[in-house]
Amino acid sequence: MDDGPAVAVERLTKRFGERLAFSDVSFEVARGEVFGFLGPNGAGKTTTIGILTTRVKPTSGTALISGADVTSQAVHVRQRIGVVPQRPNPDRSLNVLENLLFHAAYFGIPAAASLPRAEALLEQLGIAEKANAKVDEMSGGQQQRLMIARALIHEPQVIFLDEPTVGLDPQTRLSLWEILRVLHGEGRTIVMTTHYMEEADKLCDRIAIVDRGQLLELDTPAALKQRAPGGTLVEVTLSRPMDAVLEPVRKLEGVLRAEAHGPILRVYSDRGGRVISPVIQAAEDMGASVTNIHLTEPSLETLFVARTGRKLD
Amino acid sequence: MTTAVAARSAPMASTPHQVRASSVFLALLRRDLRVARKELVFFLIRTTMQPLLFLIVFGYLLPKMSFLGKGYQTALLPGILAVSLSLSAIQSVALPMVQDFGWTKEIEDRLLAPVPTQLVAAEKIIAGVLQGIIAAGFVLPIARLVMGPIPDLTLSHGGEVVLIALLGSLAFSSLGMWLGTAIAPQQIGLMFSVIIAPMLFFGCAYYPWRGLDVVPVLKYLVLINPMVYVSEGMRAALTPAVPHMPLYIVAIALIVVASGFWTLGMRSFYKRAIG
Repeated sequence: MDDGPAVAVERLTKRFGERLAFSDVSFEVARGEVFGFLGPNGAGKTTTIGILTTRVKPTSGTALISGADVTSQAVHVRQRIGVVPQRPNPDRSLNVLENLLFHAAYFGIPAAASLPRAEALLEQLGIAEKANAKVDEMSGGQQQRLMIARALIHEPQVIFLDEPTVGLDPQTRLSLWEILRVLHGEGRTIVMTTHYMEEADKLCDRIAIVDRGQLLELDTPAALKQRAPGGTLVEVTLSRPMDAVLEPVRKLEGVLRAEAHGPILRVYSDRGGRVISPVIQAAEDMGASVTNIHLTEPSLETLFVARTGRKLD
Repeated sequence: MTTAVAARSAPMASTPHQVRASSVFLALLRRDLRVARKELVFFLIRTTMQPLLFLIVFGYLLPKMSFLGKGYQTALLPGILAVSLSLSAIQSVALPMVQDFGWTKEIEDRLLAPVPTQLVAAEKIIAGVLQGIIAAGFVLPIARLVMGPIPDLTLSHGGEVVLIALLGSLAFSSLGMWLGTAIAPQQIGLMFSVIIAPMLFFGCAYYPWRGLDVVPVLKYLVLINPMVYVSEGMRAALTPAVPHMPLYIVAIALIVVASGFWTLGMRSFYKRAIG
């Protein structure tokens, strides 16, 4: 059963009653790869992780973890995976060390074997001094580290992290990135979700861009960036929606492409910010004033905006 | 943090060893007993306060004021045990379930254990059974202390007491699983006033079933209440001199009720655990 890619998903579809969470999604994750789902909240990322971690039943399609089917062989799958949830959910009735020892025991590992490993994990994740503390005495970042330790205590083959850095301060986020890099260096397979471009860009070998239950793009960060529409994205917010302004703007020198989304005007420019002034002029000539301007270099973000028509916030 | 995060890991090569369900079950049970032991005092206060207060008023004060005869204590004692047992069994499963599935999501670490999901639910119910029996065992000596010597109380049918305690706890622990997973967290208060309170007062705990001869409609209506069988079973085992249902009827009824609630509880737990 332990063969094939770490994760193999084929034509996976999930419906909650009438609502379609995602449909016809297929992808594979190679062993040792860091694979990221990038998309806004509600894109279906958490549901996908739910299915891969046996907590949500797919409506149709198959998902295999190291060759074991998430529906018919859920017990085998659980043995191969470690899960870091979106919100830390430690067992608050137990202290920090007990959280790890009991979790190991749920995987049939006796305390004699799990104690040294738990202590080593706490040490290496920088929370050893909290071993006998109550979980509630830990900060959010420390609890998240405990979740990572818990996900690793039973030596899983694939680690799933659902939005691991949401709600963490920038410094804690950077140190979690470092932890993930170390895990990657050890050859572990990591599947994570995020709605932070930078996180996906810096950590992942490959990124799946998802929105509204569709898998839109799947490639390495470098390849995805190449695929981003050329030029700098200049986003201009007008005082009112005005599609008529597109025509003069498209004729401006340096403008590759322009689209209007309500009051927001998206202009792709090969002359950087130098198109801003003529764009403002064009808008004002037509009786609209400009309330906001935003520039983005070609990036995952501009690709996302181009593919979905909206920003990833 | 540049050191290796895994102490002795070879994650790619290792094929997971087969985990025995029984050892996982015991680990889950050990966890619940560890937590119960930490919270023993609060647990006992929460689950036995109501029956103990009832005991003081109806088993001590009113007989002392001669509003109630001495014989009433004999009828009351088994009922008080039944209430303690049922109340603690139901609460020790329903409350954590409501919390865990409702907002803390703490149970998720156990739902990731490599065993069938139903085993996690079964363990919770068994832990509830143990807690029900502990509560009853706690109340019995206190009741004897508060009420003084109780006429016709016999401890010679120990096996029967244990049987009723086990079946009764199992029925109510399973009911707790069902309610705890089927009821929305914001309706937990409603559960106590609409389900638990009528169950206690029409559960023949504070009067023998035969006493309802005076209101025949009620006498047959209360038969849908599982508490009736626990109370009557306790009477049959502890104070056989008081009129009571035959033990075998009680046992059959409790087995039927327990299997029904077990099935509903398992189904409901699974629905909450797997989306």
